[in-house]
Amino acid sequence: MSVLLIAEHNNKELKPFTLNAVTAASQMDTDLHTVIIGNNCGDAAKKLSELPLVKKVIQVEAAHYENFVAENFAPVIVKLAESYSHIVCSANTFGKNLMPRIAASLDTSQVSDIIKVISSDTFLRPIYAGNAFATVKSKDPKKCITIRPTSFDPCESSGGSAPIEKAEPSEEFNSTKFLKREEIKSDRPELGTARVVVSGGRGMQSGDNFKLITSVADKLNAAIGASRAAVDAGYISNDHQVGQTGKVVVPDLYIAIGISGAIQHLAGMKESKVIVAINKDGEAPIFSVADYGLEADLFEAIPQFIEELNKLNTIQK
Amino acid sequence: MKILVAVKRVIDYNVQVRVKEDNTGVVTDNVKMSTNPPDDNAIEEAVKIKESGKATEVVAVSVGEEKAQETVRKALAVGADRGILIKAEGILEPLAVSKLLHKIVEKEKPDLVFMGKQAIDDDCNQTGQMLSAMLNWPQATFASKIEIKDKKLEVTREIDEGLETIEINIPAIVTCDLRLNEPRYASLPNIMKAKKKPIEQLNASDLGVDTSPRIEQIKVEEPPKRKAGIKVKSVAELVQKLKNEAKVI
Repeated sequence: MSVLLIAEHNNKELKPFTLNAVTAASQMDTDLHTVIIGNNCGDAAKKLSELPLVKKVIQVEAAHYENFVAENFAPVIVKLAESYSHIVCSANTFGKNLMPRIAASLDTSQVSDIIKVISSDTFLRPIYAGNAFATVKSKDPKKCITIRPTSFDPCESSGGSAPIEKAEPSEEFNSTKFLKREEIKSDRPELGTARVVVSGGRGMQSGDNFKLITSVADKLNAAIGASRAAVDAGYISNDHQVGQTGKVVVPDLYIAIGISGAIQHLAGMKESKVIVAINKDGEAPIFSVADYGLEADLFEAIPQFIEELNKLNTIQK
Repeated sequence: MKILVAVKRVIDYNVQVRVKEDNTGVVTDNVKMSTNPPDDNAIEEAVKIKESGKATEVVAVSVGEEKAQETVRKALAVGADRGILIKAEGILEPLAVSKLLHKIVEKEKPDLVFMGKQAIDDDCNQTGQMLSAMLNWPQATFASKIEIKDKKLEVTREIDEGLETIEINIPAIVTCDLRLNEPRYASLPNIMKAKKKPIEQLNASDLGVDTSPRIEQIKVEEPPKRKAGIKVKSVAELVQKLKNEAKVI
């Protein structure tokens, strides 16, 4: 048995979550190999070889791997899969797009988005947006698994020296062409990976009032979230939506302001380490998941909150 | 151009999902069921393309128990021309569903297959990509914008880093994100009209596909409950607690 982890990178550097995926993969079997597919990705391959948990790096390079098109990646991995019992990748948009294409080619029923490795064939995964946890056992001889990176710690990143082997690229898939990528350039951390998330709900009453959320987020170097109600009311664009139909976030600190706590919102944030709720309705369901609840009119509380934050001299960045 | 849209019947997103006491799954009896939300976006997009004159037929297909017919019927009420229901019992994994859809694609020969990016029950996010692999067609997952350009599609995809635009040749699979469009509500006259639209019924077993699960569901549990929190009396107390007790700011 050995595990093949598909590294996520940008041709220059490894994506940070690759380290979390290595931790998860190493819990399935310690004979852990990684494959890096890209174009001029030698530096990233070298970084991969330095991870102490990695026993071997397979590097596959071609111009058509430059933009991570799944139709180009899948055939290489399917070929390499012959020698492995587990194929593993992070369950972010890269892995979600790619892994099922591999699994179908291997006639394997994929196990998506696991949050715990129980044994080499048994895993814990959230279903119904985290409202239930399923323990599942894969009976397929080859297992295709995606892991939720925030549920695993990143592995040690230096000290290893795994050999790097080159493998032959597969042919280009001609029916899919990459055109462009527009990365959202923001000084703010990304909603999915931010340490702190400040979210507003219908209680904000208008899009203009979301400036209060922005001010709190500025103070805490936080990402900005929103409930579906706030998005539907047009207060903020839907890329900020946290919940079952939006993003699932697991920050160290989640601050819900003027959010009642509909089921679909709770599903997206209740795994956060510390939850703060500020709402004038003391009966709001959000208080049932909040570590610290403040029953108050947000339009009075938020300016005070910002003032108090200003008084603190050590705001972590 | 013909568009096949796959729709799934799931527990309504507003329902508080409860785990069965015997830990074999979640309670579905007497629970409101609806179309998987991003599948509504998939139907909406297909109907819009037809309304723009670029498609001639929209076919809605669902896989599941008899009652999944309601989900197909709802797609017909918002503009799909006809429906297909593949009847199958028990847990259907995305691999099995993709194999069944593969059979339907061979029969119907659509130019495009649309579906939601993910079902909100099992949260697998696999079926579109798997079907695409089986057909060796291009795939555009998490689509938030679709433009038809002759025999190609230009699709904007939602990725973790932002947005990505790809061009894919038809035939192709597109999985739809919630941001793609605003699904319409079915009007009463259209609901009535939908009752007259045909739904072809097939049995999964007749399609020669083995749908038996490859993954054993050992147990389903409630997620760990959060410890009861406290109510603070003032903003100052809140900030002190966050700093000194929780140590998160």
